[in-house]
Amino acid sequence: MAGTSNTSLRKGRKGTYALLSPGLLWLILFFLVPMGTLLKIALSTKPDPWLPNYTFDWRWSNFSDAVSRFDTQLYRSFGYAAIATVLCIAIGYPLAYFLAFRAGKWRSVLLGLVMVPFFTSFLIRTLAWKTILGRQGPTIWFIRELHLTGVTDFLHLTSNGAFLGTPQAVIGGLTYNFVAFMILPIYVSLEKIDINLLDAARDLYDVPANAFRKIILPLSLPGVFAGTLLTFIPAAGDYINANLLGNANTSMIGSQIDKLFLSESNYPAAAALSFIFMAIITAGVLLYAKVLGTEELAA
Amino acid sequence: MTATATPPSPSPTPAITDTLPDDRPAPIGERRKLSSRILGLWAWVVYLWLFAPILVIIAFSFNKPTGKFNTAWKQFTLDNWAHPFDKPEYKDALITSLQVAAVSVLIATVIGGLMALAQSKYEFKGKGLVNVIVILPLTTPEIVMGSSLFTLFFARNVGFGFTTIVIAHVLFCVSFVALTVQARMRGFDWGLEDAAMDLGSSPLRTFWTVTFPLILPGIAAAALLSFALSIDDYIITSFVAGDATTTFPMQIFNANKVEIPPQVQVLATMILLFTLGLMAIGAWRTIKKAATT
Repeated sequence: MAGTSNTSLRKGRKGTYALLSPGLLWLILFFLVPMGTLLKIALSTKPDPWLPNYTFDWRWSNFSDAVSRFDTQLYRSFGYAAIATVLCIAIGYPLAYFLAFRAGKWRSVLLGLVMVPFFTSFLIRTLAWKTILGRQGPTIWFIRELHLTGVTDFLHLTSNGAFLGTPQAVIGGLTYNFVAFMILPIYVSLEKIDINLLDAARDLYDVPANAFRKIILPLSLPGVFAGTLLTFIPAAGDYINANLLGNANTSMIGSQIDKLFLSESNYPAAAALSFIFMAIITAGVLLYAKVLGTEELAA
Repeated sequence: MTATATPPSPSPTPAITDTLPDDRPAPIGERRKLSSRILGLWAWVVYLWLFAPILVIIAFSFNKPTGKFNTAWKQFTLDNWAHPFDKPEYKDALITSLQVAAVSVLIATVIGGLMALAQSKYEFKGKGLVNVIVILPLTTPEIVMGSSLFTLFFARNVGFGFTTIVIAHVLFCVSFVALTVQARMRGFDWGLEDAAMDLGSSPLRTFWTVTFPLILPGIAAAALLSFALSIDDYIITSFVAGDATTTFPMQIFNANKVEIPPQVQVLATMILLFTLGLMAIGAWRTIKKAATT
């Protein structure tokens, strides 16, 4: 290819760091430094239960205390997020495939339509689900009219004829609210696939399912991996869905951290819990990054 | 709108049909038609699911609720649209949100855009590390970012309010801007700058007349995305807002157990229409540009 030398990168001069410094400074001051403060407070003791004070004394036991006190919510958060992520793949992959290969001239319009719901407030969308799934809502009415309550209870879609206040509702809300972050990266990776490669695959394998499994699926895996990170991380940390669609038995780790910080003012315990949560997620992300490289995550 | 999701014709898209050889055995073609139909049906179902809450929000902006909660359908009315700002606490919260979004997006777009420029144009020491620092905020749960910022401001005795909210919003927008703009600049022909400068243009003038117009669509997309992120954020904001400042999402969350007036749905529909308008302008400009060049 002629002129490739023109697109190659320049050697950086002092000016490069000048371009970088405002953004980098912001990220260091307000992301890395606060992480240090969080860790410091996580290792502190709260001497007076009634005051928001703390004294730093390397109190490592805060971490084990946090895990043993909130293990249920930790498991629940990762469990709900995992199920929601799998559902996002199940729902999003076929749609992304449709958009990439079968949507024809409507492709860009349909792709834009995926984004539209996410330009409405997250909270109001979730409240709308509360209306749709609520006791006076259309879904429950429909199920009751058709006398299907027993069936939906049996399928664990409802419990005692209600959608709300169940883990299913919370997982459904998480799936809905983060599915766009799954559809878009999968679409991007599918769209990159050369159309000639598809033809070759079709000629090579008699059964279309084999062509898909051997050619298309492996090429789209980076998109699935990126989508998994983009849905799993926010879903695990979210507590709005659990708060609006669930009940006391569906509370997730986010609402415990929120409560410890903002209601109980127990900063050391809250910081320890927050730090553990982040450590688990970061370990997972690093594992991913090791497999894929940061370029894939950025794309 | 979802009507466009259907592929009613059983035949696959023209682009694919063109490349199919004519002597293809029939059964595979039949199977492909069937799979196309199932995929099309699936797309319908997913779009219906994606838009169900949006349709509910728009419908309930025309509802006349009996109690304090606009969550059960009673009666059609245009009153809410005639008085969208009748609930001062929601109006004020929305104004705060818009101010926060405007300031944050401006700062984040400028500093994030500069980072993207450096990252995609130059090779320099520590580039990998900078990449990691840019990506980290995106892989950190909001609750952790919010609580860590809270501990920082608390430990340093910084007063919570508008400024701390803007600091937080710039933080989560700047990574998005840097990565989006960087993705758009990948493969940019920096030789164009050399050409301009060979012809006697100054570096600054070259940037504004050659580089900037070319990367503008990417920057605009990043700014739009940041705006949507900022105006919608609840979790991080709730940690750094303090008692005196309330954003629109905070107001809804704090009041949702007490009341949900129809103005909530009206304002949400307005925000949706506003962002749709911006998207439409962007799309129209792209089409116009493509038509003239």
